[in-house]
Amino acid sequence: MKLEARDVTFYYRGRKKAPVLEHFSISISSGERVGLKAPSGRGKTTLCRLLAGYERPAAGEVLLDGRQIRKYRGVCPVQMVWQHPETVADPLLTLGRTLNEAGAVEERLMDALHIEPGWLTRYPSELSGGELQRFCLARALHPAVRFLLCDEISAMLDLVTQAQIWNFLMEEAKERGLGLLVVSHDDALLEKVCTRVETMPWQT
Amino acid sequence: MIRDLSLKIRPGQITAVVGASGSGKSLLAHSILGILPYNSRMEGKILYDGELLTPKRAERLRGKEIALIPQGVTWLDPLMKVGAQLEKGRKDAGTKEKCRQALERYGLGADTEELYPFELSGGMARRVLIASAVTEKPRLIIADEPTPGLDARAAARILGHFRELAEEGAGVLFITHDLELALTVADRVAVFYAGETIEEADAEDFSDAGRLRHPFTRALWNAVPAHGFRPIPGAQPYPGTVSEGCPFAGQCGKCREECRRAEEIPLEPFEGGMVRCLYPERRTAG
Amino acid sequence: MRGEKQYSENRRQSTILFLIAAAVILAAVTVSGILLEERGMETDFSRTNLIPSVQYLFGTDWMGRDMLARTLAGLSLSIRIGLLTAVVSAGTALVLGTAAAVLGKKADAVISWCIDLVMGIPHILLVMLISIACGRGFAGVVAGVSLSHWPSLARVIRGEVLQLKSAPYILAAEKLGVSRFDIIRRHMAPHILPQFLTGMILLFPHAILHEASVTFLGFGLSSEQPAIGVILSESMRYLTTGKWWLALFPGLALVLTVILFAMLGERLRRLLDPASAHE
Repeated sequence: MKLEARDVTFYYRGRKKAPVLEHFSISISSGERVGLKAPSGRGKTTLCRLLAGYERPAAGEVLLDGRQIRKYRGVCPVQMVWQHPETVADPLLTLGRTLNEAGAVEERLMDALHIEPGWLTRYPSELSGGELQRFCLARALHPAVRFLLCDEISAMLDLVTQAQIWNFLMEEAKERGLGLLVVSHDDALLEKVCTRVETMPWQT
Repeated sequence: MIRDLSLKIRPGQITAVVGASGSGKSLLAHSILGILPYNSRMEGKILYDGELLTPKRAERLRGKEIALIPQGVTWLDPLMKVGAQLEKGRKDAGTKEKCRQALERYGLGADTEELYPFELSGGMARRVLIASAVTEKPRLIIADEPTPGLDARAAARILGHFRELAEEGAGVLFITHDLELALTVADRVAVFYAGETIEEADAEDFSDAGRLRHPFTRALWNAVPAHGFRPIPGAQPYPGTVSEGCPFAGQCGKCREECRRAEEIPLEPFEGGMVRCLYPERRTAG
Repeated sequence: MRGEKQYSENRRQSTILFLIAAAVILAAVTVSGILLEERGMETDFSRTNLIPSVQYLFGTDWMGRDMLARTLAGLSLSIRIGLLTAVVSAGTALVLGTAAAVLGKKADAVISWCIDLVMGIPHILLVMLISIACGRGFAGVVAGVSLSHWPSLARVIRGEVLQLKSAPYILAAEKLGVSRFDIIRRHMAPHILPQFLTGMILLFPHAILHEASVTFLGFGLSSEQPAIGVILSESMRYLTTGKWWLALFPGLALVLTVILFAMLGERLRRLLDPASAHE
């Protein structure tokens, strides 16, 4: 499978003169782990949102196997893992309910991500960012998922957790043939994790 | 739930507190500011300027002498423009000017004032939070994870500003999970594990794993991508869930019987630093 | 830690106790008012203009009617009208607020324009105009109050729904294939409901006050009805002759009822506030 952005342009409503992305193209195949480097404020998160189908590009297309990503119904095969996990969990629901939103999560994933059963009855405000991020990963690794977009997912985690999570994700990606897009500002991390590293073009 | 925590922040110094997510670092910041959640309780003392820092006094100093740079970008009001949030309701020209300067100091132009928080990138939002804390020239700055989402250059610039603020005489408490980042700027580093300080060391000690004293600190060092990217198994216990013995026992490769049973392991001076371990690692050449 | 928890449970409990007590008092006033309506209409010229005493706590008026019974009957009518109008208003607010947020730009523009328009006219004037247009009386007052009180709540709901629609956790749920119905039920309703309920209860005091004022001014309920506004406007004529109790007690009772409702809404809001939802 192949996820690609073709000649994509994007700007926020009413800001046509300052596009976040302009004529940008990228493609990721199954089994690839593509790193993406860029200074902050250069539209990395926007790119992830476009690739995951949260936003519609103003020009160009985002295709998964030649079909527009926004046309996919049900569990989207491209999932994004967000930089701030605290915004992706409903504050009024226990994490157990958030976790199993799209069906029960495999025991194996819970173990591998060190999600403790006691956390399931807690509310998001009672856990730290690092713990929440494990939930977000477990939820995003639904069996139907083929591509994972990781937007600075370990920027909030301590080194041991970061190493744990990435070692697990690399293993999981190899086993399932997942394609990963890894956005990070940490060159050493990209070096370790990715099969290829792209740099986003500068534009002002 | 943090326990047995002791820490000194001196003016003119940057003290970094490094700990895993969930080890109670944010609680530390909140207890200094007197904004602990009502369902928590604190024992022990916090002294500021040699005087006891009561919640009342903290409230008076907060935002003026003591400033917090918070962790989550959710601290920004999503329905208010950035400029208005920085001015905090004051509309006079002096305040406006100060805010503009603060933004400029962090590489944000005047046009940023007209943006709403959702239009900011993660990094810009963070810089806005930092600008908002330093508009009042505080003497103690508590930075709770101020830089995730910033690229290395921007992070270095902001940490450079912390150094500047420290050199102007302010004390900086830099709370982070990012050991590498802490080392680029801090004078002293305290490592947190499950709500306890397990090691306090000079920043230089981290140049080499052999100079570190606690097995967890060494594990941290080994997990750095450039040092091997080797994790240790298991997760840190939630602060307050370990009732006896060393909290690191579950993850420690060198754990002995006594470690699980010891009632209290004190933080003791050891080879030039402080360590909370019955069998601290001796310095090895290297 | 346990001590603190108990404290917060106590706080929660005392709030709930207060809510129950307030609800019971208001319900008692409503019911007793219905039962006492007959008595409040009874005229007895052998006991006109009596100063408040143990037998007639609120005194009697120039026709020998028991002012306590009249006041309770009046309050009861006010509360019933308040209930009806608050429910109609809040329902309108919910429908229009959600529609503005969900049905796209044009619907939003039209509804927002309506909100601004209605909010731009002073409430009391609007209530009077609508009431007159609907032929005064019960129907006029209900129409007037219901049609003028929805905009502020509609605006709150519109904002809330708009914010929820773009909340990352709702976007993420959509991408995980959660159905629209489940998203509304699981993620949206629990956030909107507290806002809606407290908004509705906070509408009561306004509705009651405006009903009373319009009736007082003579544009609302007819003078045969035992409304608090009627009592007050009639009493005004006797105030100058030194019969202070005719206006004082009904007026105080009205104010107390309104305050009780306002406190009820305020407490409920604190109880349901998402920020303290799982205290």
